[in-house]
Amino acid sequence: MNAQRPTPNAQRAVYGLYPDGQAAQQAFNRLRAAGVATSDITVITAQPMEDFEFGNLDKATWMWWFACLGGLIGMSVGLGLSWLTETSWPLNVGGLPIFAWWPNLIIIFELTMLGAISATAVTLVVSALLPSRGRTLYDPEVTDGKILIGVENPPDGAIPDLEKTLGAPPGARVKTV
Amino acid sequence: MSHPTGARINSDLLRPLFQTSWRFFLLVAIFGGIVGLGLVTWMAQVYRGYGVTGIRWPVYWGFYITSFVFWIGISHAGTLISAILRLVNAGWRRPVTRCAEVITVFALMIGALFPIIHLGRPWLAFWLFPYPSERLIWPNFRSPLVWDFFAINTYLVGSVLFLLLPIIPDFAVVRDKSTGLRRKIYGALALGWRGTPKQWHRLETAIQIMAVAIIPVAVSVHTVVSFDFSMAPVPMWNTTIFGPYFVAGAIFSGIAGLLIAMAVLRKFLHLEDYLHPVHFENLGKLLLVMALLWGYFVFNERLVTYYGNEPAEMAVFWRTQQESFAPLYWTMVIGNFVLPLILMGIRRFRTITGCVIASIGVIVGMWLERFLIIVPSLGHKYLPYSFGIYRPTPTEIIIAGATFAAMTLLYVLFAKFVPIISIWELKAGEHPSPTLVPPATEEQLGELHL
Repeated sequence: MNAQRPTPNAQRAVYGLYPDGQAAQQAFNRLRAAGVATSDITVITAQPMEDFEFGNLDKATWMWWFACLGGLIGMSVGLGLSWLTETSWPLNVGGLPIFAWWPNLIIIFELTMLGAISATAVTLVVSALLPSRGRTLYDPEVTDGKILIGVENPPDGAIPDLEKTLGAPPGARVKTV
Repeated sequence: MSHPTGARINSDLLRPLFQTSWRFFLLVAIFGGIVGLGLVTWMAQVYRGYGVTGIRWPVYWGFYITSFVFWIGISHAGTLISAILRLVNAGWRRPVTRCAEVITVFALMIGALFPIIHLGRPWLAFWLFPYPSERLIWPNFRSPLVWDFFAINTYLVGSVLFLLLPIIPDFAVVRDKSTGLRRKIYGALALGWRGTPKQWHRLETAIQIMAVAIIPVAVSVHTVVSFDFSMAPVPMWNTTIFGPYFVAGAIFSGIAGLLIAMAVLRKFLHLEDYLHPVHFENLGKLLLVMALLWGYFVFNERLVTYYGNEPAEMAVFWRTQQESFAPLYWTMVIGNFVLPLILMGIRRFRTITGCVIASIGVIVGMWLERFLIIVPSLGHKYLPYSFGIYRPTPTEIIIAGATFAAMTLLYVLFAKFVPIISIWELKAGEHPSPTLVPPATEEQLGELHL
């Protein structure tokens, strides 16, 4: 069975709530065995669960590279700001060089780090938080420790099969919304 | 010692958000009143002029700059300690990190106020900002004060983000547990957090990157603050040791501030099941290490000055060792070295009470240290025409004192609206996978002795 790709505003979903990681992993395995693509399975947990396969989805990220890019931009701004400012209004201080590397390295370093830190935060918001705003599949019971495994926007005829598949692991509670 | 799990973690840590006792209002009233008094005093200073302070030629830096350096030092508690503990994956960090990160943000905000208070004419504070202006007063990038501007603001932005990012999942917990307007507000703050693996991975990666980035920034901030002094040709200031000396002192006072905050939170929010004696013991050991490091730096600073025997420096040296500033100097030595060495060095005294007493000693000692760096040197420079004295006035004492109340007030308000211990990190620590088990667990640390 192949579920449709979820739309940004999912109208319909089938999901199970599981008391522990083992049961959730079973449900995840059964969904895949039933033909649901891994990318179509929604997993929601109250804490990171990297010791299970379902907790390791979507791990690859470019965030480190974006942080480096932010750092490079920050460094350029630091260099540009100190260079342009000092050469545009050259203050002669006891015959010292107008543009000296040592004092400017502090400005350049701070702006480099500011760029990297800001780019990291922006990348997190843009890549992980904004895309999930408005999505409907969520259950507040996750907050109490339940693990949600489900499929958003399944094809019409697939719902009974999905309910059966998701209900098989021990302790499962299946809901259709 | 019990280890709460799942739903109990939620209910225990969300209790302060959903239940408000009379104690909260009492604390807000008391500390709000002191902060109000400080604000009125500051307004009076602005209205009547800077003459109401004791700052006179040649001692142009007094209580305000002492407090500035002190609070920037306290700010090292959080982000730096939290970042280090995160990077080394110390399992016992989980209940501690947020308590620490909050201190950083509020201490930086308070510290950054002091240069503005010190200006006398705060409406001209923007003259300090390094922007190319139409007045053709281009900022001097060779001035340590401009470096301060960049360093403190970078640290503040980084610390605020470092605090806020791990709070997002906890905002979602509060959203799920609340109704009405509160639900809407926390829902907006949660930024659409659901808890998908993608979100968890991105969040953890972001925290990791920020932890790596924030450590050199934290070190640079207090190094740059030390440059405010060490770049100046003033006796006992112009020394290369000031950078690491200030950083060590900052971490030292930061740990002390964190220990006091944790003890108060544990007592008043009933967090005995989360903030265990082992957390205090571990931080107490760190306090002991920093006390020894501080003693090492002071010994270096003093010995080199003494051996150099330069007249102007020796005058300042003796003023602090056995003349007018000696009582403050030896109080500092007792608070920063003797007290922590005894209380944290002897295992029997390394209790929560012992940690708090030692920390109070360190806080007092570190404030005195900043004062003793600034005032004796400025009052006794190279030539006799620039000798002078400094006596703080009630205006300065009230304003500096009110910032301690401001810190407490901000902390109380924060703990009222945000879970003061990271809920999701505690839960993540419940069942760590074998590969993620931290090297220093509570049980193992219980067997460690210094």
